[in-house]
Amino acid sequence: MNNQRYWISFGILLLLFVLTGWIQGWSLALNILTIGLISAVMALGLNIQWGYAGLFNAGVMGFAAIGAIACVLISMPWVSDVMQIGLEDLLKSSEDQKKSITALQLDLSRRLVAEQQIGIAWVIGAMSALVAWLMNRLLRYRVPSWIRIVLVVVVLSIGLILFRGRFDDAIRVIESTGFGDNSKYLGGLDFPIIIAWFVGGGLAALAAWIIGKIALGLRSDYLAIATLGISEIVIALLKNEGWLTRGVLNVTGLPSLVPTVKALQLAPYNLDVEASLLMNKLAFLIIVTLFLIVFLWLAARALHSPWGRMMRAIRDNEEAASAMGKNVVMRHRQVFIFGSFLLGVGGAMLATLFLQFEPAGYNPLRFTFLIWVMVIVGGSGNNLGSVIGGLLIWFVWIQAEPSAYWVFNFLGDYVFDSEGEAAQILIERAPQMRTLVMGFVLLIVLRYAPRGILPETLQRK
Amino acid sequence: MEYLVDLANAFLWMFNFLILPALTYGSTLALGALGVTLIFGILRFAHFAHGDMMAFGAMISLIGVELLNRFGYFSYPIPAGLLFLPIAMILTVLLALVLDQTVYKYYRRVKSPPVVFVMASIGVMFLLNGLTRLIKGPELSVFNAQQTFSVESINVSSLIKQLGERAVRIKTDFSTKEDIVQVTEPEFIFFTVREFKAATGFAEGFGLDLIQVTTFVSAVVIFLGLYFFLKRTRTGKAMRAYSDNEELALLSGIDPQRVVFFTWTIAGCLAAVAGTMYGLDKGYKPFTYFQMLLPIFAATIVGGIGHPQGAIIGGYLIAFSEIVITANYKKVANYLLPEQLEVVGNLQLLGTEYKFSVSFLILVIVLLFRPTGIFRGKVF
Repeated sequence: MNNQRYWISFGILLLLFVLTGWIQGWSLALNILTIGLISAVMALGLNIQWGYAGLFNAGVMGFAAIGAIACVLISMPWVSDVMQIGLEDLLKSSEDQKKSITALQLDLSRRLVAEQQIGIAWVIGAMSALVAWLMNRLLRYRVPSWIRIVLVVVVLSIGLILFRGRFDDAIRVIESTGFGDNSKYLGGLDFPIIIAWFVGGGLAALAAWIIGKIALGLRSDYLAIATLGISEIVIALLKNEGWLTRGVLNVTGLPSLVPTVKALQLAPYNLDVEASLLMNKLAFLIIVTLFLIVFLWLAARALHSPWGRMMRAIRDNEEAASAMGKNVVMRHRQVFIFGSFLLGVGGAMLATLFLQFEPAGYNPLRFTFLIWVMVIVGGSGNNLGSVIGGLLIWFVWIQAEPSAYWVFNFLGDYVFDSEGEAAQILIERAPQMRTLVMGFVLLIVLRYAPRGILPETLQRK
Repeated sequence: MEYLVDLANAFLWMFNFLILPALTYGSTLALGALGVTLIFGILRFAHFAHGDMMAFGAMISLIGVELLNRFGYFSYPIPAGLLFLPIAMILTVLLALVLDQTVYKYYRRVKSPPVVFVMASIGVMFLLNGLTRLIKGPELSVFNAQQTFSVESINVSSLIKQLGERAVRIKTDFSTKEDIVQVTEPEFIFFTVREFKAATGFAEGFGLDLIQVTTFVSAVVIFLGLYFFLKRTRTGKAMRAYSDNEELALLSGIDPQRVVFFTWTIAGCLAAVAGTMYGLDKGYKPFTYFQMLLPIFAATIVGGIGHPQGAIIGGYLIAFSEIVITANYKKVANYLLPEQLEVVGNLQLLGTEYKFSVSFLILVIVLLFRPTGIFRGKVF
């Protein structure tokens, strides 16, 4: 029975994609498939948290954004290096650009000083935090607690003043100098972007560790609200700390993971225009699929191991599990970190696909709640369900817009007067239909198939 | 004496830039948080669709105002949004009740865990999000948008008499070469900053308009009304009993249907009022309402979930801290400090771009140190 369900649902999905490719073009179908699979990676991460352990993480957006910023920090070039190279080129090319050369030289020297200052500022900040922490530790139970608190506050505020004094001036220089397109921020480490996927996952996991310290142990809705808030704080930081992330200026032109369309048209590939477009997308798709398969395999192994059984036991009856000597809070933190790793990798994959980082584009509806719909619709607790959910919901999300256009145009042509204002406005607002459709899908699945398309399978002895 | 003037100036600056905006914003937050806290206390789930419900209410008022204006009528000096508030309230309550019957009732019947309710409310959030954007569009619209009429269609002189010279402009449309009348309905203002300064002679001042006053006054009236409703009436007592202990309340013959009905009615009314007031003050944009969900939750939790008094205090607390922490105190410092110590740079704890984050920092701190909130709310 269950096997049939798998085959039928994957068959229907395949059919949908083939139809899309056939009717709307293979490029679009590949696009939907790729983002659907990336969404599946994220849904898998969320499913590990929700399905395995019952953690209501409403901060998916924050983890995805952390994954994306890792792409910038790891694989973009260091801006002062770019300036150095630009300066050398200018020096070589001609003499009539003296003015811009001196300006660039000045900028570069100011920038190098500023970079140093930022480093020193952070060292001072870290030292004062360390001293405060040590004082807090050593003076506990030795002096009255108010003296300890006053001392800690004094140390921290001195540290903050020293930090801000250097830091504020330095970032003003960093945010105003540069060379070329992606300047006015510190830049990245110029490593291959595939490393950024792992670093992105790692950074997201680190964030999850910190957030887990704060928020885990709260009741489900409290955890949801707390994580939602923390993800908003993460986005606010990414938007406004321009020296690190370029902020609202966005970072464009991330290095491509697969050979670009242009490179595919040259030797040694020598493909024509259409083939190069498709090959570029196909290559990315294959890499994402490989990652997803590895993650699925790992998740399946974990789920069927004693560890997975323990997690399910904790989810189904926390008190009983804790009475049996399982450390519930620690296990929750563990699973929160694992899931967030995948969310971070998913975010990094998306940034790599679009070749840009745009902090203003992160919207909880798209990056948090849509992933939730994927997990619920696919079947919480079932890993393949997350894949189905990811692919299907992304398909619906994308196709809702053209379908709405079609329906509204139809209405305009045959029901209302198509030249009328009402019909025009309706057609203009067709993109909004996708959230409406998503709401209906979620509500209907929750009501009539609360276990999702592929329900969780449990082996019982 | 001079120092007293400086002190007064510093206070006036703070009143204009901190206290007045925080009171208006806090009132809307408190109204929203009251609804969330009632739903949490009685239906026992975090209502994620509340922001979009507020947007729905505001949208109804806005559509009413636009229809009124389109036919050449203006309600100056009363803000037109207030005229349509009753209709907005009725429709929002209807929406809430319909959603309860179609969505939430089933989960109450099968006794689902709170998480399922939250999921359902996320579904409703998507639904309302799409609905408001489909009906009124996602972009910012203001309640006193500019309207254009042909000269023949309206009585220009009576409009000028009503709205004042500056609100009505007669222009020639370049494409059609016809005379058109552009009307921008002004806000009713008691006095502007400049008028205040001229009248009192202080270097700083504050302005006051009708919307700020009505927001605050209506919020206070609603707080008092709700307080008496919950404390004195039978239904209010039933609601409190139901919130305290569901089983005991059911045993003593309280009708759960009735309690739920009144909860949604009150929450819908509050959402419509909060949404419309915020829209009148800052303009209607669906995404802003969605974003307001976060400070509203913060206010609810800080005050103590399930506690109406807590929600009110939480609302003002969040509003004040958002504004106080992100304000730039350069001017205040320069009034208060001796001249030798003049502050040249900015004197601000956090940039204004972190305004929304402040409410969350407070939320996290409260969750860490006093998860029950100020008023020892419930933690289920």
